Amino acid sequence: MNKIPSALQLGIRRGGLEIRQFARQRESVVFTLLFPVILLAIFGSVFQNTIAPGVTFSQYFVAGMIASGLINTGFQALAITIPMERDVGALKRLRGTPMPASSYFIGKAILIFVSMVIQILLLLGFGVAFFGLEMPTESSKWLTFAWLVLLGSACSTALGIAFSVVPKSGRGASAVVSPIVIILQFFSGVFFVFTQLPPWMQQVAAIFPLKWLTQGMRSVFLPESFASQEVAQSWELQTTFVVLMIWLAIGIFFSVRKFKWDRD
Amino acid sequence: MSLIEVKGLKKSYGDVHAVRGVDLEIAQGEIFSLLGPNGAGKTTTVEILEGFRHRDAGSVSVLGFDPQTRGRESRIWRDRIGIVLQSSLDAGDLTVIETINHFSGYYSNPRNVDEVIHSVGLKEKEGALIRNLSGGQRRRLDVALGIIGSPELLFLDEPTTGFDPEARRAFWALIQQLRSDGTSILLTTHYLDEAEALADRVAVINKGVIMEVSTPADLGGRATSQATVQWRDGAETKSEKTDNPTTVVSALSTRFNGEIPELVVTRPSLEDIYLEMIGGVDE
Repeated sequence: MNKIPSALQLGIRRGGLEIRQFARQRESVVFTLLFPVILLAIFGSVFQNTIAPGVTFSQYFVAGMIASGLINTGFQALAITIPMERDVGALKRLRGTPMPASSYFIGKAILIFVSMVIQILLLLGFGVAFFGLEMPTESSKWLTFAWLVLLGSACSTALGIAFSVVPKSGRGASAVVSPIVIILQFFSGVFFVFTQLPPWMQQVAAIFPLKWLTQGMRSVFLPESFASQEVAQSWELQTTFVVLMIWLAIGIFFSVRKFKWDRD
Repeated sequence: MSLIEVKGLKKSYGDVHAVRGVDLEIAQGEIFSLLGPNGAGKTTTVEILEGFRHRDAGSVSVLGFDPQTRGRESRIWRDRIGIVLQSSLDAGDLTVIETINHFSGYYSNPRNVDEVIHSVGLKEKEGALIRNLSGGQRRRLDVALGIIGSPELLFLDEPTTGFDPEARRAFWALIQQLRSDGTSILLTTHYLDEAEALADRVAVINKGVIMEVSTPADLGGRATSQATVQWRDGAETKSEKTDNPTTVVSALSTRFNGEIPELVVTRPSLEDIYLEMIGGVDE
């Protein structure tokens, strides 16, 4: 008799399956991958001012769009689609097989990471082509970018899985999840310049990952000189790393402990 | 050795005592059917055996393993069982063959994908998206996913709900084939004729307790129960319950001088017995 496949092996297989399923849902592909591009087109056309010398709103906004893309694609999408999968009995069926929960989670993480990469490529390509977006040239900035995307999408995936127990049903999930994400976006300086927000908003935002992701992305896409205009007069990348790690740990803890495979 | 052993199983949801002391023993190689009305504790019992729910009291052993255990041992156990749940409406953006192929990767010793597709009669539909399948085809896919891991024990929950009579017959043949291949099956069903056609033994559960375990033919003393002879006498339909229907018919035949008008001889069906059993325990 053969051995049972390992959790990681199955996780990778699930990742492939998740991507295939996702790719066949045309509406969600368009929505997830192109929505940030559409927003950039709108905001980039409306706000053509500069925020600081040499910093266009588009440049500032792209940092925010990538950061909030991480939250939308991971947290929001999973916290809505997992309850739907639960409603139709797909999760219960999986529970009845020898596939471990960790493989299911790994599959989701792979899906989120891959769609994030595609989304970022589209957004950056579009930004460069039409909105004069300037790409960072230093390799250190690309390194920051890489760990922010990796850690950010892992964190967002874990939190989305953890939060999927909150909506009672798939139909109601959107109503529970979307407002949280939209409010977070406003509070975290995605649509507005963060330092122009009221201090209490900034303080609330500082508890959650999105503010840190947005700030981290600004460190990649804005000139070094802009750091002095941040709240702490610095990009605070170390704090960002710590905050994201804490949220990742919280997400994993609740995903493992509280994940619901069945409606009741 | 028994495949499933349940002793004193209890489960409550708040004040509702869904299962109130169930004992069961299911042998290797048999099709065992659990019958009972909605809310009888049937689903709760089965879901405890499947490891989906925790019990409050009692002992449960399925393939020598406590389904409540978690972790690696539980994976090894799940590798040996198959579960076909009641309703499944997965989004269906995958094809039949993709789905079966994928699930086969979960198991240490999967059956041949092509063979399984053949055996459930989905060969012509193997390239179709699941969402384009009919209800009956979807159900056959459910079964395919339940048996792909070559389970020693298969749980079948209401497998033929919504089938037309022809599809149901084809499905029964599939189940019988699985049994003759050595798979043991725990079947829950609303259809008494299905239990009668398939099950080696049936258990009737009601109000959280097992009322009787027996072969379908013997349930409720059915084999030895009285027959009913019914005939027409002028404008009137008459009937008589008797232990000796042949004697009664013969006497009637003499009386009518040959043919007895509208003669019917019946014994209680499994359904009659079942309804009598579950109707007789009102509190």
